[in-house]
Amino acid sequence: MNFQDVIFYIFSAILVASALGVITVRNPVYSALLLVLAFVTCAGLWLLLEAEFLAIALVLVYVGAVMVLFLFVVMMLDINLDRLREGFWKWFPFGALIALAMVIEISMVLMNKYFGLEEMPTPKPHEADYSNTRELGRLIYTEYAYAFELAAVLLLVAMVAAIALTLRHREDKKSPNPSEQVKVRKEDRIRIVTMPSEKKD
Amino acid sequence: MNFISPEFAPAYSEIFMLVMVCVVMLADLSAGGNRRYVAYLLTQITLMGCGLLTFLSFTTEASQTFSGMFVDDALADILKLMVYGTVSAVLIYSHAYISDRGLLRGEFFSLILFATLGMMVMISASHFLTLYIGLELLSLSLYALVALRRDSIMATEAAMKFFVLGALASGFLLYGMSLIYGATGTLHVSQLAQIIQSEASSKEVLVVGLVFVVAGIGFKLSAAPFHMWAPDVYEGAPTAVTLFIGSAPKLAAFGFVMRLLVEGLGEMVADWQGMLIILAVMSMAVGNIAAIAQSNIKRMLAYSTISHMGFLLLGFISADSNGYSSALFYVIAYVLMTLGTFAMIMLLCRSGFEAENISDFKGLNKRNSWYAFIALVLMLSLAGIPPMIGFYAKLAVLQAVVNAGYIWLAVAAVLFSLIGAFYYLRIIKMMYFDEPETDEPILPNNDVKILLSANGLAVLALGIFPQALMGFSLYAIQNSM
Repeated sequence: MNFQDVIFYIFSAILVASALGVITVRNPVYSALLLVLAFVTCAGLWLLLEAEFLAIALVLVYVGAVMVLFLFVVMMLDINLDRLREGFWKWFPFGALIALAMVIEISMVLMNKYFGLEEMPTPKPHEADYSNTRELGRLIYTEYAYAFELAAVLLLVAMVAAIALTLRHREDKKSPNPSEQVKVRKEDRIRIVTMPSEKKD
Repeated sequence: MNFISPEFAPAYSEIFMLVMVCVVMLADLSAGGNRRYVAYLLTQITLMGCGLLTFLSFTTEASQTFSGMFVDDALADILKLMVYGTVSAVLIYSHAYISDRGLLRGEFFSLILFATLGMMVMISASHFLTLYIGLELLSLSLYALVALRRDSIMATEAAMKFFVLGALASGFLLYGMSLIYGATGTLHVSQLAQIIQSEASSKEVLVVGLVFVVAGIGFKLSAAPFHMWAPDVYEGAPTAVTLFIGSAPKLAAFGFVMRLLVEGLGEMVADWQGMLIILAVMSMAVGNIAAIAQSNIKRMLAYSTISHMGFLLLGFISADSNGYSSALFYVIAYVLMTLGTFAMIMLLCRSGFEAENISDFKGLNKRNSWYAFIALVLMLSLAGIPPMIGFYAKLAVLQAVVNAGYIWLAVAAVLFSLIGAFYYLRIIKMMYFDEPETDEPILPNNDVKILLSANGLAVLALGIFPQALMGFSLYAIQNSM
């Protein structure tokens, strides 16, 4: 076993343990933090696969943005844990049975010779000056430009949908309308009243 | 590193569509609340413009662009033209309905156009990535459209189910695609066939991938046993959206299956044939039997869709150009019938009243005999009774199945459609022999009147003269295989 294998097993063990923790710990905040740990170790595994850019993007996007947002939401929501756990043990045997069947099925497919190490040999490592980021950038903006643009359209759809589903105009809200405010004229606000001057007594 | 800039000409209609979606959004924003017809008109103009662009660039020669991710051939052009026509008809039919229910907003039109763009991408995709992104573009727009009536609990629940199951289906599809990529090392549909033919890849891994891909397709086509979402979504969505979900996306799904299973994995026909037979038989059984028990017309039509998707899959089983063209004929016939049927339902809706139950059709003949006649034609066609188009669609598919040697399958299909005839005939009985529950007049706009009449008559005329459409389908398939 060489050094990379040792690293792989350490990372994998942490990844599996933290992923298990995500679904077993009682406190949702711990659960979210364990998910962060899972992402970071996963990024470590990707580094071993020479996917440096993706590993860093995973940490930046998922850990840095998505999970932090998630943590905020978890902390702000008042989740009733007892209600969530209701019926867990009632359905546990059924769920466990299905999970077991799936594990056996998956291992039957993956353990046999078609997915073995002989069938899928380790790819040759790249030279030290090979830049993963550069390759990715080159491909995205040339060969995959069409798919890249479409992915951008997908984000636009998500934005339109989110706004369409959540934006509400309330009739009774009291907020100033800036464009009306700018257009205001002197006559609208000031009334000049002529009145005779009065004498001081 | 030399990079040749891609040819944009084959994709002009897609580019035009994307630009116009943005124009529709901005125009609606600046038009303001009481000029919603601007977005409606612009949407229709967009569809017409796309139709013109696609029609003018029509060639039988296939051209690829964007590094082989995009293909433009006869099948793609024909399917796209059908999609534009269908979407345009959907909008004409649903205009009154959505404006009565406060859904006449710019987002409705932009989401419909985004969905149309997704369908166009799917139809001309020749790469797993574009197939998937097109599908997601379509699905995401549909989820949002279903949830658009956000104060309705039913609609929200339907959207949630649709979203969760749709995400699961996408997961299946992606997993299958990744396994196929692992086995063959390519994502290009055209290269895939060559690599599988050269037997350089592990057959077993490919089959595992194929299972997942077929399951994903089953979900998207709402074929049993992956049909659970369809009745709830059909019932919960606003009828205009149900009409949209039930019509144009089926054309795109046909294109998707053609690209993925026939062009890409055509070498594995022996493997997917069996899977499709299971899906087809189950869909026909579940669809036709469960529809009998429904009292909600939208749910009933959802089950009817499931059984029709079973018939559509029968066309693929024979795996020759006759079979594919009969499937294309079937999907065109199905879209025509669905358009008319849902338009009838929306015709019965008034502002403040949703026609949802089968009993709302009671005594339609006394209220308006012309619309009752059109509904009669549509129901007979859905049931597959000659001389309507639905009969010839079923006949063509069954012929293909018999030619492929699956006589038992054809017998089963006939038996199931016999069961199905019951619930279509029940509506006819209600229209002609029952007393109306209301004497509210049916007053559609002129455009709906003309289009619905044309739609009903097309179902009848194409049933009497099916050769033209049949030859057209065969032409489309033969020129792109």
